[in-house]
Amino acid sequence: MAHTVQPSPGDHEYTTTGLNHRKLLMWVFLSSDCLFFGALIATYMVYRGQSLNGPYPVDIISVPITTISTFVLLMSSFGMVQALSATVRNDQKAIQMWLLVTAALGAVFIGFQIYEFNAFKNEGLTLGVNLFGASFFTLTGFHGAHVTVGIIWLLGLYVAARKGRLGPATSLDVEIMGLYWHFVDIVWIVIFTLLYLIGGFDAGPTVFPGGSG
Amino acid sequence: MAAITAVIPRPTSYAGIWGWMTTVDHKRIGVLYGMSALTLMLIAGIEAGVIRMQLATPDSGIIGGDRFNQMFTMHATVMVFMVIMPLSASFFNFVIPLAIGARDVAFPRLNALSYWLFLFGAILFHISFLVDEVPDAGWFSYANLTEKPFSVNRGLDFWSLSLLVLGTSSVAAALNFVVTIINLRAPGMSLMRMPVFVWMTLITSILLVLAFPVITVGLIELTMDRNYGTNFFVPSAGGDPILWQHLFWVFGHPEVYILILPAMGIVSEVLPTFSKKPLFGYPFVVFSGIVLGMMGWAVWSHHMFTVGLGPITNSVFTITTMLIAVPTGVKIFNWIGTLWGGSIEFKTPMLFALGFVSLFIIGGLSGVSHAVSPSDFQQQDTYYIVAHLHYVLFGGSIFGLFSGIYYWFPKITGRMVNETWGKINFWLLFIGMNVTFFPMHMLGMNGMPRRIYTYAEEFGWGDMNMIASLGYIIIFLGMLAFVVAMLKSLRGERAGHDPWDAPGLEWSISSPPPAYNFAEIPKVDGLDQYWIVKARAKAAGQGDVPAEAHVDPRTIHMPSPSYWPIWIAAGTTLIAGGILSHFALSFVGGIFAFIGIIGWSNEPPAAPDPHHGSQH
Repeated sequence: MAHTVQPSPGDHEYTTTGLNHRKLLMWVFLSSDCLFFGALIATYMVYRGQSLNGPYPVDIISVPITTISTFVLLMSSFGMVQALSATVRNDQKAIQMWLLVTAALGAVFIGFQIYEFNAFKNEGLTLGVNLFGASFFTLTGFHGAHVTVGIIWLLGLYVAARKGRLGPATSLDVEIMGLYWHFVDIVWIVIFTLLYLIGGFDAGPTVFPGGSG
Repeated sequence: MAAITAVIPRPTSYAGIWGWMTTVDHKRIGVLYGMSALTLMLIAGIEAGVIRMQLATPDSGIIGGDRFNQMFTMHATVMVFMVIMPLSASFFNFVIPLAIGARDVAFPRLNALSYWLFLFGAILFHISFLVDEVPDAGWFSYANLTEKPFSVNRGLDFWSLSLLVLGTSSVAAALNFVVTIINLRAPGMSLMRMPVFVWMTLITSILLVLAFPVITVGLIELTMDRNYGTNFFVPSAGGDPILWQHLFWVFGHPEVYILILPAMGIVSEVLPTFSKKPLFGYPFVVFSGIVLGMMGWAVWSHHMFTVGLGPITNSVFTITTMLIAVPTGVKIFNWIGTLWGGSIEFKTPMLFALGFVSLFIIGGLSGVSHAVSPSDFQQQDTYYIVAHLHYVLFGGSIFGLFSGIYYWFPKITGRMVNETWGKINFWLLFIGMNVTFFPMHMLGMNGMPRRIYTYAEEFGWGDMNMIASLGYIIIFLGMLAFVVAMLKSLRGERAGHDPWDAPGLEWSISSPPPAYNFAEIPKVDGLDQYWIVKARAKAAGQGDVPAEAHVDPRTIHMPSPSYWPIWIAAGTTLIAGGILSHFALSFVGGIFAFIGIIGWSNEPPAAPDPHHGSQH
């Protein structure tokens, strides 16, 4: 047969482009997710400086703390790369270790986020208090949800690794997970820049040049 | 949990209702999509009938304003998201793998998931009727009319949550078709050898993948405003209702092309077949489709000319909107060029295709007239717009899709179409459509606003409205003729594998096609491959080319049915239903979906059949 329609991992199946179906699917999905985060970020940027009452970003955003969690998340991408490399090398111990490390770093990031959300809530920032609260929690919350899905996925791969199912023949399973993980990481870099480094010092309703205020 | 789900074998039965519920066969899923969409079209058509009944006479009191708002909201939302889109998806499913020479789509189970999500989303949407909390803010549900103080009951929640479920379905299906078309073409089928319908499906799918996330964000923000206390679209808290309009139309305008491109693709298949000559200017048709897909992103604010975005914005969007008429015009000239000098056969699919071209020209021209923003200030929110959109969506999309139904009917069922009833169907629809919607141009120019539930006699709109309502009766009879045509055709004469002498690969296999489609994956060496094959056979004096012979299906590995798509779809819909009723339901739905995903990923590749797939 020229090809199977649903290849089991490792099959040398015929595809027109030579790209694996699942890998292509992930890339197309990520393009879709770009627009998803794009729309959320656009909402945040449109409402930047439009909140009628506090708390404003400058009152509660802590750039140093989030810098630490950003660093943790970036390092998790390193773990992901190592996990893929170990899979290609068929180093079973390293696969398991790096998958766990990646998931753990992701979990630390989520821990920071839970701490941050809680602290913000205690300082009076809720979904309903102003536009900053609504757009901040929605955007970072959906990012956190993406990271959480990634962690569950990593743990699923870890279970597969424990059963010895991961190796050079199935490295694509890890590679596709990696595409997703790195994407979520990159989105965070954009969010960190816009919401913390640039927008973290906004105070009060602002009129921006060119805006109608 | 993984241990539990891993031991559930894949279902083995292909027969009966259970076989349909677990099917992953693209042809069966295509039929399911089609049947569901046509059923929903009946509901939406009845809603349109209520609207026309109410508007037939001035000062009419058949239904009140509230019910009227619900009727036009449901009619439009159902027609756009639950009739035209799934009917297009029905053709994507049935035709695309056949047209590119593949055995199935790239992800058969994902395909089944898309269908069940669509069906459950549509059911969730219609539960609003059962609890009598029906969405009533129009199909684009402008903020802040949709906020809690103005829409107290859960109607808008039904609207937004069902659309989220339907959106998930559409994106999943579109991802699948992008991968299928890019990656599963038969050897030799380069991009510029793909049939136009495949091209238009690819462009539509890319638009879906990119446009739906934007409306998803809008819907999430709306849902949060209504249920979780945010103020995204509440002006008193600084929120901006115009943001909703932007989010909606950034999605909404590509959506217009999502609705029309599949129909354009179908017509580009039908016209050459019944003109007995290749499509005129194939590359122009393809590239104008690509340009439409890209420029569709640059015109959204023409829906917002009267919002007050300022003269510069309005001018820019006037120019881009007038430019987008160019690729549309290119396509129309190519279709006319295809007809020119052809030996035209007026079979039912051809009639619908010709109806599409003529009605779409009218709709396109009225579209150009409100591309000009000063002129649009007169037309905005009048019946002129209603006339325009029905010419492009009914005269355009629906006529194109009906052409497709009649064209591929012999392939799907193995029976010939009943030409008499097909032609009655066409003429009733064509006449009824014009009688109904043409007077609306005049009504709009005379100032009748859309979405009013009644009007005073002194306005003088009574006669035209009565004509439009009588036209509805003709359309209704036309739809009855469609049902008769389908039922008669199902028991009609048997169709050969290639009843129309068509150019596509799907006609080289038997009607209906075997489960595995192609016993041997075809090699493609040109555009309109099957015409090439037949011409070669003729040149070699071999006469008619027979359908590819059937082989023992057990020698070909096909994916087994699966329980999980319907399971996960049910779980996902329960999550949405829980937001409408009680959080506990969402929780149960979440667990359902989670178990489903684990089961899905641990599912063995094939059913435990000793013969099945053993060839590998």
